[in-house]
Amino acid sequence: MNLNPQDPPQEEKSVTTPKISLRDVTKTYSGVDTPAVKDLNLDIASGEILVLVGPSGCGKSTTLRLINRMIEPSAGEIIFDGEDVTNSDPNELRRRMGYVIQQVGLFPHRTIAENIAIVPKSLKWPKDKIRARVDELLELTGMDPNVYRDRYPKELSGGQAQRVGVARALGAEPDVLLMDEPFGAIDPITRFNLQNEFLRLQSELKKTIVFVTHDIDEAVKMGDRIAILRDQSEIAQLDTPEAILTNPADIFVEDFLGAGAVLKTLTLRRLNDIQLVHAPTITERTNRSEAAAQLRQSDFPFAVLLDDSRRPIAWVNQADLDSSDPLASNSRRIPVKLEPEDTLQEALSVMLQTSAGMSAVVDSTGQYLGTCTIQSLAELLTEPPVDGDSL
Amino acid sequence: MDGIRSWFDYLSSRTDLVVETLLQTLTYVVSVTVAASIVSISVGVLTRHNPFAKELSLSIASVFLTIPSLALFTIFIPIVGLGFTPSFIAMFLYALLPILRNTVAGLDSVDSSVMESAKGMGLTPRQVLFRVQLPLAWPIILAGIRVSALLTVGISAIATLVAGGGLGDFIKSGLARLPLPNSLEAIWTGVILSLALALAVDLVLRTIGRFSNPSGVRS
Repeated sequence: MNLNPQDPPQEEKSVTTPKISLRDVTKTYSGVDTPAVKDLNLDIASGEILVLVGPSGCGKSTTLRLINRMIEPSAGEIIFDGEDVTNSDPNELRRRMGYVIQQVGLFPHRTIAENIAIVPKSLKWPKDKIRARVDELLELTGMDPNVYRDRYPKELSGGQAQRVGVARALGAEPDVLLMDEPFGAIDPITRFNLQNEFLRLQSELKKTIVFVTHDIDEAVKMGDRIAILRDQSEIAQLDTPEAILTNPADIFVEDFLGAGAVLKTLTLRRLNDIQLVHAPTITERTNRSEAAAQLRQSDFPFAVLLDDSRRPIAWVNQADLDSSDPLASNSRRIPVKLEPEDTLQEALSVMLQTSAGMSAVVDSTGQYLGTCTIQSLAELLTEPPVDGDSL
Repeated sequence: MDGIRSWFDYLSSRTDLVVETLLQTLTYVVSVTVAASIVSISVGVLTRHNPFAKELSLSIASVFLTIPSLALFTIFIPIVGLGFTPSFIAMFLYALLPILRNTVAGLDSVDSSVMESAKGMGLTPRQVLFRVQLPLAWPIILAGIRVSALLTVGISAIATLVAGGGLGDFIKSGLARLPLPNSLEAIWTGVILSLALALAVDLVLRTIGRFSNPSGVRS
């Protein structure tokens, strides 16, 4: 593939041409003097999740609805896949963009399968292709097709309904998903799960997603880039979550991020990103006085007790080594093991739960890799973000 | 017991007349209900995006219902003469409001998020109406049709006063001859057959509802 001399320019093009562009888009409602959206310019790259976030009334939902022309712009252009769609058939445009709203809006008189089939059906897909697609989408969104295919929306919980809402939006394989506070009406635990599942789904599907929320935590979690909007959909800052959190553009952004901005960066970094430290490791069979000497020489208050398969069991200190009790019986057991993919926020919460102030990191087979300490977190937070992350 | 026996005697000696008037009333009920349904549902659908036109049509239909029935039946005689036509027009005007009001209420009752998502998926306004809004409004519209049908059974008795026939013929003739023999039997005939017809019409419309209301909407 790479031998073909025509490839590189094409690749370059796909990187630089935005999937969706808003050019000087303005929306003024009749009878209102100030526009709801004013001269907005926004490029959405292919395959990214762009989060629009801002206080209520800033025009973020209006902006989203301008993209699929649920609201017609008063001025400006909407470019989709390099094509000016400002005056094309809006229904045809909408069938090419999945649309997910907070209240889901499933058709109550249609079964789950029929709901998901709505767009494929209006595109006149053959019946067996639709049926296969419905089952595929239900499985993709974590719903057993055999259980849910023929049920009606009223039989679903809020979380399940939104899963179907996402499945329905993906129905005819659109490249673009527009999501207006999709998880806003869902209880926190279910929302957390849906967010994670959605991110996992997105890592496979690589759709271009515009995601509206008023919740900065959700924006930081979901967004590849975040646009923080103020009145009339003016972009206060448009950047990666890391760059916005560590380097807010102005006081408005700072206020909007709130006091916990530094802590929020913990949800973005993973244990992969930090240098693990290596506390002394011992097993039940290690000679205790040798281990005690080793521990004394190190800077660590605790050593890690490993079992025969090198899985961490407990934190052991000098006093434990001096006594003759079995080491595994002390109270500083390691109940939660972290993996490199876990976020630093999870690492911090584990540290705070155990009296050792450290957390053990293991690989996928449970073997001990190293230790994360409060100090290593603190060092990371005071460092500026790695350049090149911010585009 | 004597009363009932004499009523049965009365009925069995006049089966032809009973069947004829019953069919006349049934004709009124069916034609009026169908015509009023077509007109009211169309008006409700056409005015759904226009609050002014919607209110105006509801007001006009309400005015019809406030006109005393006796007056409404006779008002058209100078124009269309006696018989079926003035009766049909009067009952048609009465039957409009329940169906129109329920059509408007039914269309409005469709959840705005359902409408929003329908539009957002690229359904045309026509598809939104026929695939989403009307099916979801149908149970409410049908309830209005039932009210109108029963209303028509009731007031069709007045058609007899403008020579429109129907079960009212028995009531009118019975009232006119009141102390004389068979007068009470005639009144009973009119009343009881009207009642039976109303129950039958209601049963038919309920059955239609059971099979035509979208599943998944009402438990």
